Amino acid sequence: MLGGMIAVTLNGFLPIPLAIVLAVILTTIVGAVIEIAFIRWLYKPSVLRMVIITIGVSILIREIALHIWGESVRALPYFTGSSVSSINLGGVYISSQVLWVIGIGALAVAALTAFFNLTMLGRQMRACAANRDAARLCGIDAGNMVTLSFMISAAIGAIGGAVVCPITYVQYDSGTPLAIKGFTVAILGGLGNSTAAVGAGMILGILESFSIWVLPTAYKEAISIAILLGILFVKPSGIFGSAEAARLKEF
Amino acid sequence: MTLLSVRGISKRFGGLQAVNDLSFDIATGSIKALIGPNGAGKTTIFNLISGFLPPDSGEIVFGGAEIQALSSCEVAVRGMVRTFQHIRLFPKMTVLENIMVGRHVHSRAGFLAGMLNLPFTWKEERRIREKSFEIMELLGIVDHAGTEAISLAYGQQRVVEIGRALACEPKLLLLDEPAAGLNMRETNGMGALISRIRDMGVTVLLVEHDMSLVMKISDEVVVVSYGEKIAEDRPLAIQKNREVIRVYLGDDE
Amino acid sequence: MARRYFTVAAFAGLIVAIQLATLATGTAYYLTQLTMTAYYSLVIVGLCMLIGYAGQISLGHAGFFAIGGYVAAFLTTWDLKSHQGAIVSLLSKSGALVSRHDVYGGSLLTVHPWLACAAAVLLTVAVAYLVGGPILKLKGHYLAMATLGIGIIVYRIVLGTEFLGAADGISEVPGFPLPGGLLITGDSSSRVSNYYLAWGVVILGMILLLNLIHSRIGRALGAVHGAEDAAEAMGIPTARYKLHTFVLSAVFAALAGVLLTHYNGGIGPSEAGVMKSVRYVAIVAIGGMANLWGALSMSLVLNYLSLRGYFGTYDDAVFGVILILIMLFAPDGLLRRHLLSDLKRIVSRDPEGEEAP
Repeated sequence: MLGGMIAVTLNGFLPIPLAIVLAVILTTIVGAVIEIAFIRWLYKPSVLRMVIITIGVSILIREIALHIWGESVRALPYFTGSSVSSINLGGVYISSQVLWVIGIGALAVAALTAFFNLTMLGRQMRACAANRDAARLCGIDAGNMVTLSFMISAAIGAIGGAVVCPITYVQYDSGTPLAIKGFTVAILGGLGNSTAAVGAGMILGILESFSIWVLPTAYKEAISIAILLGILFVKPSGIFGSAEAARLKEF
Repeated sequence: MTLLSVRGISKRFGGLQAVNDLSFDIATGSIKALIGPNGAGKTTIFNLISGFLPPDSGEIVFGGAEIQALSSCEVAVRGMVRTFQHIRLFPKMTVLENIMVGRHVHSRAGFLAGMLNLPFTWKEERRIREKSFEIMELLGIVDHAGTEAISLAYGQQRVVEIGRALACEPKLLLLDEPAAGLNMRETNGMGALISRIRDMGVTVLLVEHDMSLVMKISDEVVVVSYGEKIAEDRPLAIQKNREVIRVYLGDDE
Repeated sequence: MARRYFTVAAFAGLIVAIQLATLATGTAYYLTQLTMTAYYSLVIVGLCMLIGYAGQISLGHAGFFAIGGYVAAFLTTWDLKSHQGAIVSLLSKSGALVSRHDVYGGSLLTVHPWLACAAAVLLTVAVAYLVGGPILKLKGHYLAMATLGIGIIVYRIVLGTEFLGAADGISEVPGFPLPGGLLITGDSSSRVSNYYLAWGVVILGMILLLNLIHSRIGRALGAVHGAEDAAEAMGIPTARYKLHTFVLSAVFAALAGVLLTHYNGGIGPSEAGVMKSVRYVAIVAIGGMANLWGALSMSLVLNYLSLRGYFGTYDDAVFGVILILIMLFAPDGLLRRHLLSDLKRIVSRDPEGEEAP
């Protein structure tokens, strides 16, 4: 939400690419600030406690956004073409913005994978996730790793928000349903597996869209939650996930 | 008469065979000790018997009925109660309240009766309190009745946990390392307490590392190593058993 | 007489005192918000039981409130005149239906509020047992997200269903009749009686919950919350008790929904929203998680201020901030049961301080 809203505001006086980059940077800083202000100094918090705190923080951000931007619905202009133009790919007409979303999404996943597998910093983060104490014994600053993870997820969220808002529009409270879907997709794909998360995201999107065949459109938003509940009840480790990540269940 | 009969139980955790085809019996009214070097699988065996874990194979017959598929709650209702290696008293509750929880299986006031404060619950609550005080008197902790249970000294906490288990009026009491963390004087007291419990008619199975305690109070001893039984006999015979000595002290090279 | 009943009597005295104060200062219109506060407090004490004593968090309790309110609203405004059939005539003959007039003078045939209330509670019990079973097997944050999900599903259903009024909700809900000619309604002429009726319901609820806490079950719940595996080993069926407590708290919420809907004369989808659920949890948290009186007093203050508009446009933000602060600094809540003894301990440990009072 912040990614989209800030980008739109900046777009008022900056070209689109610059507006988006700046929006992402600003949102990343917000992510870091949240972690440092609210999470960092907690002593061995349970995941539940962190979840509730971040829910409270998201409400705060919502309210601040409401007071800055009001209730108006904003959108960036289409990167290429317009809302009515489309590209013909083998008989199927696709909006050019959709291609932008897919393209940038793929780029983000690739960059993330490269980061985690090829860079030192990425490997340090994985070490932290695997065994925090052992990582600290190797000289890795675990606290900074957590802050970094908040920043990365904020950045990706911002990119997503900015790129998708020409199609879906963005409003001060757009964040909440997306957060739920994000959580659903993360669980569905299995925690700790970002490529699977992408696959899960696509599955969820398809299921949601096709749900209007069987259910009234008004219930579409409830689909992702119903799926989330189904997964939690049946296989909390997700379709592709590992049982170790599911051990997080015991907190 | 046999109260508990463990027949050929096994348990595997991934690549580790924690318990392998283990069998032994416990006679009613006796004290049986389960000993073995660290990692022998003693706690796992306890967990299998008391319904915390289901065995991969084998049967556990308690009081004539097969119980291997029952949960720890169902097992407790049938008269088998356990204590824990790392004391699991209820925090934020007093000693009296902890012991009163033990009376749960012998009382019946439910949600509705509790909410409406029905008259039959008054008498039931009074009887629960009386019985709990009896147990505290027996164990010598009645002075601490109103103290928060987890604020007591370690040794006393162990006694409270046993008191809570006794409140269930168990036929079989499983004690998981009751002397762990106790000094010599406290250990002797624990031994006397366990003997007294046996004299009250409760059968006891205990896991313990303190050999002097084991040898002093047990009627029979089962020795396990790497999940398998290597000896089952009276204490004196166990002390002289070659296999047992080898397992604990290693071979003479 | 058990000690807890003295506190109940004291609280009842407070309620009377407040009403007399409004009488003396000519501010009887405050009673409206105070009455609404009472019904919200009913949800909160039920939730406090679940979170504090059974140790299960629920971020979707507004959903149960909405189920209660919407079922009651729908059944008491659904005109059955055009649905004449075997069932309708049977219900009508047995007195289950009410013939009344709507605002425009037309005649309506709707379900009697008592039957509607029973239906609302029954549906809530059914839903709570159905989802509670699998949900309560989850731990920690998974449980939280699942309950959040339930609340959102209810919200989406009431928001998107035409016959439930969609975004506008249901209005023109009649009053709820009680024996003795009393009526639960928002009419300003019965402000005082409604005030006492509402708080009477809350006090009754408190008595039931306090009794439960001091009973064998209350002790068992404390054990489950303290050390679940040990409780199980003592013969306490933890899963079953957690489920019963969950359903109990859901019934409290649903009943509050029914009565408040009759009082307000209507209900809207926002009553099922996440913000409301967060609000309930925040108040339970600041009241001290396992402290019924704490939750009740905080509810009285915070809900009243919110309803009178003291928080202005920052209404939702206030409760978000409360939740954050409590979770950051005092995860066990502010008005803990043992706060007094904790304070004494801190004071007496202070080397330069004086003896504990």
